[in-house]
Amino acid sequence: MRKLQFHPCGNFNETYDRELTIFETDFGRISTLVGLIVLFAVVPFISNAFILYVINTIGIYAIAAIGLNLLIGYTGQISLGHGAFFGVGAYAAAILSMKAGMPFVIAVPLAGLITAFVGMIFGTPSIRLKHLYLCIATLASQFILEYIFIEWEGMTGGAAGISIPAASLFGIDLGSDRNFFYVIFFCFSVMIWLAVNITRTRYGRAFIAVRDNDQAAEGMGIPIFRYKLLAFAISSFYAGFAGALFAYYMISITPEPFGIWLSIEYIAMIIIGGLGSIPGSVFGTVFIVALNEILSHVTEYLMNISPSIGGAITIAPIREFVYGLAIVLFIIFEPKGLAEVWRIVRSSFRLWPFSY
Amino acid sequence: MEFFIQILINGLSLGFLYALAALGFVMIFKSSSVLNFAHGALMAIGAFLFLVLSTWARLPIWAAFMLTLIGSFSLGFIIERFFLRPLIGEALIEVIMLTLGLFIMIKGLLLFIFGGDLYSYPDFLPPALTFNWGGIEVPGVYVATFIVGLIFLGLFGFFFKYSSQGIYMRSVADNQPAAMALGVHVRRVFALSWAIAALVGAMSGIVLGIINGINVHQVSDIGLKVFPVVILGGLDSIGGAILGGIIIGLLETFTGGYISSSLREVIPYIALIIILLIKPYGLFGLVEIERV
Repeated sequence: MRKLQFHPCGNFNETYDRELTIFETDFGRISTLVGLIVLFAVVPFISNAFILYVINTIGIYAIAAIGLNLLIGYTGQISLGHGAFFGVGAYAAAILSMKAGMPFVIAVPLAGLITAFVGMIFGTPSIRLKHLYLCIATLASQFILEYIFIEWEGMTGGAAGISIPAASLFGIDLGSDRNFFYVIFFCFSVMIWLAVNITRTRYGRAFIAVRDNDQAAEGMGIPIFRYKLLAFAISSFYAGFAGALFAYYMISITPEPFGIWLSIEYIAMIIIGGLGSIPGSVFGTVFIVALNEILSHVTEYLMNISPSIGGAITIAPIREFVYGLAIVLFIIFEPKGLAEVWRIVRSSFRLWPFSY
Repeated sequence: MEFFIQILINGLSLGFLYALAALGFVMIFKSSSVLNFAHGALMAIGAFLFLVLSTWARLPIWAAFMLTLIGSFSLGFIIERFFLRPLIGEALIEVIMLTLGLFIMIKGLLLFIFGGDLYSYPDFLPPALTFNWGGIEVPGVYVATFIVGLIFLGLFGFFFKYSSQGIYMRSVADNQPAAMALGVHVRRVFALSWAIAALVGAMSGIVLGIINGINVHQVSDIGLKVFPVVILGGLDSIGGAILGGIIIGLLETFTGGYISSSLREVIPYIALIIILLIKPYGLFGLVEIERV
């Protein structure tokens, strides 16, 4: 058996394969394994219903956030329509299961593919446009899709929404939070694994080249439009997949949650987590969802101790202010986000006490 | 026919409103090529500052107006100094995200202070501005909007074309490192352009408040409607902002009047996508030949 390696002793990468490796040391590999075991075998049994609900929400949002990070962080194309694409996935899953009677296993990935297609349609303005313009085009797609959710009543049920039968997988009913937890986090792990590996392939390297300098990338022979569109499609697929899970988890959906606010929330997640970092997207999601829950509990608490003050306090403005502040502070002081904080903390532990 | 003319007038006035809002946006873009998502927030701040000064502090209208302009001018400086300055030389994507963060932050703050209610200003425009045009009454506010819009158009046209600061601004937008190397004081240019943009934003916020009353959500939504306008007109063209504003305003009211009122809110964005596909640099925008 090979000797396990726990500490990297400098950068001695002799091949490109070595540099692309995901785990530099066996320590990372082992801790990932331990993390997975804890996640699947311990977490669902020690947490109560509320905590489990929060964790499930984090899992669903994290999948979509990873998709957005592939688009913004790796390919450098800003999208302000991610919330709407998430909604497309949710509606697609709802319609597929209600109108076409498809089972859960087929409806979810198919909803992802449909969303990817919709994403590509809205990504076509990127043929001739740089990210400034594309960013505005996605803003437009947000409003147009929202309009379709509300107005296409025959399919989406309009403002009243649409409800979905409870999911079942191979005869097992997924109605309970704990059963759904396993589905979400199985998908979550697969999606992370996919995303990490996409960034290591030629596609991932092409994305990064497009982000860093599109003219140089074109000069190197990378067909930019095709790769931008591919990035759009992948990111929308992630959003749609997560949206489909969300629809099944929530059982009934209305157009309301898929507004521009959700898109901004996703952007906040990946900025706070760290642009161009897959673990960062997860950190950011945890941060934002936790912040949401904490803020709503604080306002509830304030309302309980004194109804006279509490009556005037509503959560939405405070939440918007805190999100905005968090985005601004992270961009100014730590543009690489929580992922960078995590790296610094880790390496200072490793280097202690000889930090030079 | 009367219906048509009424819609036409509504559309024109809405269009001028958009044009005014777009002016401040174009100002920032022209001088620093930053897509300013916070523009709606700047408008809202101006509008609410005026509200506080004129109705709550009971200052005379002219004093409240001047103080609002001074206040938002300084606010522009402050925003630039504390939020934008650390990002000079950073990637554009971060600056855009920052303005988005600022937008949410300011909107949340205003919502926290003022809530989602609709406020209105006291009626202070001289009645002489109202006039009759072939039996149709044009309210004084619209005339005032029109005049203010024309004044700004003229002023900014001259400013960018002939004044040295205006030329510095254009040079910074065109190529920041080159402008720096040629001795342009980039930081001062940024500070000034944010201050002027905040001032223009405040002006348009006040006009909006006079016409519709002010409400945090509504004002900041107009800040997003600016995007179809500037894309249509060309991101860096002041004349384009005015014309684009009018076209989008007309499009919106005519859709609302003749087709459906729910389509009205979305039609500018549909137009935006179509324009982006056909003529991405807008009607008067500078065509940058950069085929990638």
